[in-house]
Amino acid sequence: MELDPDDVFRDDDEESDNEFYQEHEATKEYVVYLVDASPKMFSTTCPAEDQTDETHFHIAVSCIAQSLKTQIINRLYDEVAICFFNTRKKKNLQDLNGVFVFNVAEREQLDRPTARFIKEFDHIEESFEKEIGSQYGIVSGSRENSLYNALWVAQGLLRKGSSKTADKRILLFTNEDDPFGSIKGAAKNDMTRTTMQRAKDAQDLGISIELLPLSPPDEEFKVSHFYADMIGLEGDDLALFMPSAGQKLEDMKDQLRKRMFSKRIVKRISFIIANGLSIELNTYALIRPTVPGAITWLDSVTNHPLKTERSFICADTGALMQEPAKRFQPYKGENIKFSVQELSEIKRVSTGHLRLHGFKPLSYLKDYHNLRPSTFVFPSDKEVVGSTCIFIALHRSMLRLNRFAVAFYGNPSNPRLVALVAQDEIVRAGGQVEPPGMHMIYLPYSDDIRPVEELHSDTDAVPRASDDEVKKAAALMKRIDLKDFSVCQFANPSLQRHYAVLQALALEEDDMPEIKDETVPDEEGMARPGVVKAVEEFKLSVYGDNYDEEGDVKVSEASRKRKAATENAAKECANYDWADLADKGKLKEMTVQELKLYLMAHNLSTTGRKETLISRILTHMGK
Amino acid sequence: MARTREALLLLLDVSPSMHSVLPDVEKLCSRLIQKKLIYGKNHEVGVILFGTEETENELTKEVGGYEHVKVLQDIKVVDGHLVQSLKHLPQGTCAGDFLDAIVVGVDMLIKKYGETYKGKKHLCLITDALCPLKDPDVGTKEDQVSTIARQMVAFGLRMKNIVVRASLSGEPHMRVIIENDNLLNIFSKKSSAKTLFVDSTTSLRGARKTRDISPVTIFRGDLELSEKMKIKVWVYKKTGEEKFPTLKKYSDKAPSTDKFATHEVKVDYEYKSVEDPSKVVPPEQRIKGYRYGPQVVPISSAEWEAVKFKPEKSVKLLGFTDASNILRHYYMKDVNLFIAEPGNSRATVAVSALARAMKEMNKVAIVRCVWRQGQQSVVVGVLTPNVSEKINIPDSFYFNVLPFAEDVREFQFPSFSKFPVSWQPNEQQQEAADNLVKMLDLAPSGKGEILQPELTPNPALERFYHHLELKSEHQDAAPPPLDDSLKKITEPDPTLLAESQSAIDAFCGQFVIKENPKLKKSTRRFLREKPSGSDEPNGDGSVSDAQAVNSMESKPVVTVDKIGDLTPIQDFEAMMSRRDCPDWVDKAIEDMKNKIFGLLENSNEGINYPKAVELLVALRKGCILEQVYLSVSFFLLWFAFAFWDNSCLNDMSSIVTFSYAS
Repeated sequence: MELDPDDVFRDDDEESDNEFYQEHEATKEYVVYLVDASPKMFSTTCPAEDQTDETHFHIAVSCIAQSLKTQIINRLYDEVAICFFNTRKKKNLQDLNGVFVFNVAEREQLDRPTARFIKEFDHIEESFEKEIGSQYGIVSGSRENSLYNALWVAQGLLRKGSSKTADKRILLFTNEDDPFGSIKGAAKNDMTRTTMQRAKDAQDLGISIELLPLSPPDEEFKVSHFYADMIGLEGDDLALFMPSAGQKLEDMKDQLRKRMFSKRIVKRISFIIANGLSIELNTYALIRPTVPGAITWLDSVTNHPLKTERSFICADTGALMQEPAKRFQPYKGENIKFSVQELSEIKRVSTGHLRLHGFKPLSYLKDYHNLRPSTFVFPSDKEVVGSTCIFIALHRSMLRLNRFAVAFYGNPSNPRLVALVAQDEIVRAGGQVEPPGMHMIYLPYSDDIRPVEELHSDTDAVPRASDDEVKKAAALMKRIDLKDFSVCQFANPSLQRHYAVLQALALEEDDMPEIKDETVPDEEGMARPGVVKAVEEFKLSVYGDNYDEEGDVKVSEASRKRKAATENAAKECANYDWADLADKGKLKEMTVQELKLYLMAHNLSTTGRKETLISRILTHMGK
Repeated sequence: MARTREALLLLLDVSPSMHSVLPDVEKLCSRLIQKKLIYGKNHEVGVILFGTEETENELTKEVGGYEHVKVLQDIKVVDGHLVQSLKHLPQGTCAGDFLDAIVVGVDMLIKKYGETYKGKKHLCLITDALCPLKDPDVGTKEDQVSTIARQMVAFGLRMKNIVVRASLSGEPHMRVIIENDNLLNIFSKKSSAKTLFVDSTTSLRGARKTRDISPVTIFRGDLELSEKMKIKVWVYKKTGEEKFPTLKKYSDKAPSTDKFATHEVKVDYEYKSVEDPSKVVPPEQRIKGYRYGPQVVPISSAEWEAVKFKPEKSVKLLGFTDASNILRHYYMKDVNLFIAEPGNSRATVAVSALARAMKEMNKVAIVRCVWRQGQQSVVVGVLTPNVSEKINIPDSFYFNVLPFAEDVREFQFPSFSKFPVSWQPNEQQQEAADNLVKMLDLAPSGKGEILQPELTPNPALERFYHHLELKSEHQDAAPPPLDDSLKKITEPDPTLLAESQSAIDAFCGQFVIKENPKLKKSTRRFLREKPSGSDEPNGDGSVSDAQAVNSMESKPVVTVDKIGDLTPIQDFEAMMSRRDCPDWVDKAIEDMKNKIFGLLENSNEGINYPKAVELLVALRKGCILEQVYLSVSFFLLWFAFAFWDNSCLNDMSSIVTFSYAS
């Protein structure tokens, strides 16, 4: 049975609810990519990384393609539409000129991306001229306004769904900073005004418009010409806009494939402090191992999904039965039966609450007091008014006094002692890095802790590093120092590989993408002379100058015997003409001991029956 | 297999001073035997009591002496009877000489096994070490202890001493205690004996691991500091959750007369097509499918095999960093221990140097680990130093797994400082909290730590084994309640609470908590608190403002029927969204207009202007949403006039644009 990975750490009764002080968070996103397809987008180029020039249109399209590929993994339920304007052909619901909505079969215009959608969009540039065509939509002497039309179409696409549940956005890619530059006089004013109004109307409906300007290297996109008003830029923001927009474009391309989770309360628990005083807490899962998505079993012939059916068969009678309500444990020669209710009753050693025991200095929380990922707790005044105030007071005291709380968490499935460690809020560069609250750390019991340090101890004193050796190690540490190390700076290479392979197979891409493994040591950094020298000095001080990798190791009795046996076998083995024996089918007549000589000499497994051994030998000989 | 062979000799002090803790000793020992019955059926166990009235052991027969030491059971393979006999230990009447007991025990083990036995040989002594020991015939007690310790080392005996000192205060035999502790200390120094002092029955119950798991390395190889510098290490699990035994499913189908019935249940899985449930697909015809967008992409295991991430087995250093960069809550899993390869003195020194330097400089090491060849993932984790206090235990590192970027969910939470003032503790409250945190101390100086994880048994598992034993006697026994020693784990200790009663009372007196009475009536209560900029003006709340959360209980839920002074925008939005009668919209707009006029007319030097603009923006927004095309031009003209030289001109521009367009 496969488990839904999200379910593994989820507790029984959970519900999702927005707390009143939490910011309103939309559960999904609707995005319309609005791409300028005017001839200018094709004629202007930028130098790309590999020294060849890329057109602006290519930059915009590949950026969207990248973004879609990330999105299909990260946020499965987000919906997108791609819409070109300044096109020769038109395709849209309103039948407006110069606007073309790109789509594939079996998909609504604004819908979740599909493999086919992404795949065809990947090849859009090849077919663009033929299928859609590029053409200026705003020309003097004509009343046509393709930008106005584009905004209208986008707004129409985003009519779906309520703005309460979905975050609606229009992302506009263009390299024209003055769309009505070719028009003169009153007509220009009029067009500007109506276009602005169209944008305002969209914004009033809760749709945000974001501009992703593209500019040739020698010329700056002057956002103040027209777009500043449309997206509401003023003052300092105006100056900062261009650099930040460039960054945004980079970010879109470079997103990590990472499944997003919406913030939800895992469980509401009450925290009993003392004297019947108890407050309300919400728990959240902030850190959980991410696993590749759930597996759906398919019939390999038809590719149709399968469902699993379980049936219970009595081992004694062979009769089909209902799921048995009893379990048993053999004990003292008989089977002791437990009902499922009894088992859950046994585990219910406490009510499902968190009960405070007291406080200890933080130094009592050892590094090995850990079993599972921690759970974050945050107070709530929803049911018990005053909870937050008490929580904040305790939180401050614990931080100030460097103490953690010990409590018993009577979770019905796994009751445990927990440590509650207060965490102050950490804000860096305007973003919250660590939220304020407490982390619940599950403590091991005595039987969960193994005294492995003592395993190899005897009565003799063991060697210890001298002060000089410690000093050398300290010098080494200063050299190989990861300054601003943050725990989540590495992507999981295995997971990223999984996503990349999945994408390649889904989109039927020919070559497997290479994923950079960020977790390998920094070879360059390690090769710096300073580092090499520090390592050498440390090595010299602890190992001495005549260090021999294996020499110092006491080879264990067993491995020495094994080695001797192999050597012996190699000698003995040479006495037989194996190829000849095999050809004549005489292997069967040999003893197992003799057969094993061959296997041992060739470093093969010696387990199994005689037939297995023979077949192994034959396979090895290539017969 | 030698590995699974194990002999254990329990040396139990039953002298009068031990009587109060005997029930817990009984429980600890029977749990030990019970687990052996399940997990180690071949283990051999013997029991020696000392401090008993009668004397019964081999040595007394052979050489005399060794009084009040009684062999309750000779060393033999564990059985159910032993659990029974350990349940009710006889209460002794004499002083218990633990040294005599150890000598008898060592003698028994040596006689039975000699030097050839391959399995482990353990002694477990439980005593309070309060009784004075007899002086030996020759030499001092210290000499005697040293001789025994040498014997123990020679025959590979390991000993664990659990010394129970539940209530030490007012103990008259201080001299005896010091002497005895000193003797036990010699054991620890001269043999591989370990002495543990416990001060509560709860700790006693967790003092002896009730199940010994033979440790297995998960990695043996090089810790690579760089390509040139490698340290040979072994990695063990340091913590691992002890689970409930996996019970088998029980089938009652077999006739009760069938003596050989296994009563087991076989579980069969069948795979059927979702569309056509009559079609059964054989397991090997299945293929794994992964979701990609709305589709499911089938990928065969062979395909995966060809492209999967296959890192090389290795443990590599990425670098060192300040310990403060790794917050405690990032630890993801159970913990491993890195020790230098046993017997490799240079590796031991290298590990020791690094560990000590790390501790000194408050640094930790970040490492990348692939434990096995063929493992399909890497683990990035942190090594923290474990500097050993004992001269015979080498320094080592603890290893904790750290999360990857994908594993951290960046949920945002409000800053505590952003909460309303009524939610912030005042000075007295903070003081009371400080006091509580100080007073409710589980690690008071001069006393032992309470609820130390190393000494705390798992109450649920204890209860299971207790129940199992009860059930073996009566099939229908109900789950037993937790005994007092275990209750101290699930509930706070009443005596500790009593000690800090004043701090608790002061704390409870400072804070007021109330059930929220409105909750049942309207779950939409919280929408009131939404910033009014949010796009759902459907709050139905009362005319209260943000600070009034605490006073809300007294007021009934009312629907808004006029725009109040405190939260006019919310009130307006609420009225606009009232669906019980279409007139509300008109009334809301009319009310809002009046409100704005009122603000402007009563404005002194324009201080109400910003507020008025806010209201106006809200009014305009409401009109758009409700699609009411009201004529506000006169309104705006008047407004513009009033604002002509005001700093709010920026806001005006949007309003003017709006009027222009409509």
